Amino acid sequence: MAEIDYIAQAKESAIAALVGLALTVPIVGLRTDSSGPDGMTIDVRMLDAVLLAIGIGVGHFMVNLARGLLQQRRRAAKPAIARAANLKSVAYFLGAGALVFGLVLPGLPFADRYVMDVGTLVLTYVMLGWGLNIVVGLAGLLDLGYVAFYAVGAYSYALIASHFGWSFWVCLPLAGAFAAFFGIILGFPVLRLRGDYLAIVTLGFGEIIRVILLNWYDFTGGPDGMSRIPRPDFFGLPFARSSPDGATFHEFFGLEFSSMHRIIFLYYLIFALALLTNVFTLRIRRLPVGRAWEALREDEIACRSLGVNPTNTKLTAFAIGAMFGGFAGAFFATRQGFISPESFTFIESAVILAIVVLGGMGSQIGVVLAAILLIGGTEIFRDLAEYRMLAFGAAMVAIMVWKPRGLLSNREPTVRLGPKPGAGS
Amino acid sequence: MEYFLQQLINGVTLGSIYGLIAIGYTMVYGIIGMINFAHGDIFMIGAFSGLIVIVGLGALGLGSAGGLIVVAIIGAMIVAAAYGWALERIAYRPLRGSFRLAALISAIGMSILLQNYVQLAQGARVKPLQPMIEGGFVLMQKGDFTVNLSYLQIIIVGTTIALMTGFSLLIAKTSIGRSQRACEQDMKMAALLGLDVNRTISLTFMMGAALAAVAGMMFLIYYGVIDFFIGFLVGIKAFTAAVLGGIGSLPGAMLGGLLIGLIETFWSGYFTVEYKDVAAFAILVLVLIFRPTGLLGRPEVEKV
Repeated sequence: MAEIDYIAQAKESAIAALVGLALTVPIVGLRTDSSGPDGMTIDVRMLDAVLLAIGIGVGHFMVNLARGLLQQRRRAAKPAIARAANLKSVAYFLGAGALVFGLVLPGLPFADRYVMDVGTLVLTYVMLGWGLNIVVGLAGLLDLGYVAFYAVGAYSYALIASHFGWSFWVCLPLAGAFAAFFGIILGFPVLRLRGDYLAIVTLGFGEIIRVILLNWYDFTGGPDGMSRIPRPDFFGLPFARSSPDGATFHEFFGLEFSSMHRIIFLYYLIFALALLTNVFTLRIRRLPVGRAWEALREDEIACRSLGVNPTNTKLTAFAIGAMFGGFAGAFFATRQGFISPESFTFIESAVILAIVVLGGMGSQIGVVLAAILLIGGTEIFRDLAEYRMLAFGAAMVAIMVWKPRGLLSNREPTVRLGPKPGAGS
Repeated sequence: MEYFLQQLINGVTLGSIYGLIAIGYTMVYGIIGMINFAHGDIFMIGAFSGLIVIVGLGALGLGSAGGLIVVAIIGAMIVAAAYGWALERIAYRPLRGSFRLAALISAIGMSILLQNYVQLAQGARVKPLQPMIEGGFVLMQKGDFTVNLSYLQIIIVGTTIALMTGFSLLIAKTSIGRSQRACEQDMKMAALLGLDVNRTISLTFMMGAALAAVAGMMFLIYYGVIDFFIGFLVGIKAFTAAVLGGIGSLPGAMLGGLLIGLIETFWSGYFTVEYKDVAAFAILVLVLIFRPTGLLGRPEVEKV
């Protein structure tokens, strides 16, 4: 077993700290200050820069140390196939555990309003992640503008519900249909493009939608957004203390009025919507169209020569992914009661894509893990407001460098020839 | 006519800035085939470094406006190149040769990290800068409307042309350029022939970053305000420019930058300012539908 050479590592880390110093001195050490009376001044803060550089050196040393130890352990670890099988059963139990936990969460003693809100937020991102997973993970189309469909869903719901006063359950499918329609409109011209070209065009599309929402005052309210979006009701029973027309939820069921009812209802609503997305994805992977998606992801030319129509196949993936984005958007609108273009910036697309990729593309439970880690994790650190996004970016880089294929990267082939490896004799 | 001329001048100026940034995207894409998403933020760091040099030296009472700008440009190039190097070393090198999306996510993470880092280090407020070079030529006058060509615009376009020429020569004639082109064609073969691929890629990142820093400086002195968020939109536009011109092609990046700059100015001049970004992206989509590899891009031949 190779020993770790601490001296050499310490030297390397010292160099890293020096490089860090060169980077931090100009940007951190010299702060431009425009608050003074006589124009811009420089505020020298060399101590911060030096501390940060020392931090970089120490961090470098620790990471290398951990990496060395891990490598030593890995040599003694199980062979890869056994590990993969192990991972699969772990993922299975994790999934079952998460499902049960999600179901009983509102009944647990610590589940106050804050916990339920965070839970709802995480589930929204889980649903968005699963929706995008259809496009990116299954069909292999890199979409950097997924938030556009989220926005279309949210605004469709808000506009239809406030203008026509239709109930949430009528508007939800409509919002999904509109989003899917936009998916097709976008997909039709651009799906001939490949990889990064597609990525930049979808990014552009996301920005176009946002700019239009921002500037079309009389339709979308512009930067002020839309407020007083109707809240959902429990199949016709509103969540209110009293209602002029008919019974309210708590009256009908003979309960004490509590504002938690609506929050718990919203939680279960997004829970059900997310599960729907998941079950849909799992089932459609077994259907011909799902198999065509995965085949297309692996090799487009082989697919063409086998008679798969790439345009139609990609369009269905785009439309279905967009539809789930639209559902999530409608939910978002009804939960917030207020939407504005602020909520649909590129960073949202990046976060959703990061959840899919960090979780391990195509892995359903991986998306849940990544959403809990990224969204829940940053919620916990809300007190450190300024450092929150810094840590978010650093976590994205770190996880990718550590596990480039995502947290749960084991991908089970959908179709297999012959017996399972390791299963037979 | 006068209005048109003025818009043309403004558009070319803006296009030069986009073009300089687009070169960084296109070079990195050419060599390692990934979108360097944090490039826009390197541009932003370049602008901030320039601002720090100008304010710092100005406070010490050194130098005239012209000298200050030259020193600031050089300082910004050095700092941005250092950041470009570190960026590649930390976020991209460990992921080279692995799964393509991983590098993209890492890049997006780096972009978020750099933005928030500068926000924390330099404050979230916009940073104003007094105009350093004023005046210009009046080219035409008709009634109340004058067509101006400011000295600043001449400097920006002139610097861009000089840098482009120098840079094209660097790529075409020197050994650094040769090794870059070799890596672009076939990285493995270049390594087998004794080329230090890591060094070449680092150099590419540093050059792209230095050019972006010059663009950042120009942005700073042209518009007079910067904040930590400028890198995002300008970066995306520059990337759009690189794609429009055909990614991987240097003249393409320049052409794309000019086109995006012109489209944007003309659109805001003749139609609505609000929808200028929509116009730029819509043109991109149109071009890509008819020429999927951009205006000057090489057609991609896929072999089975």
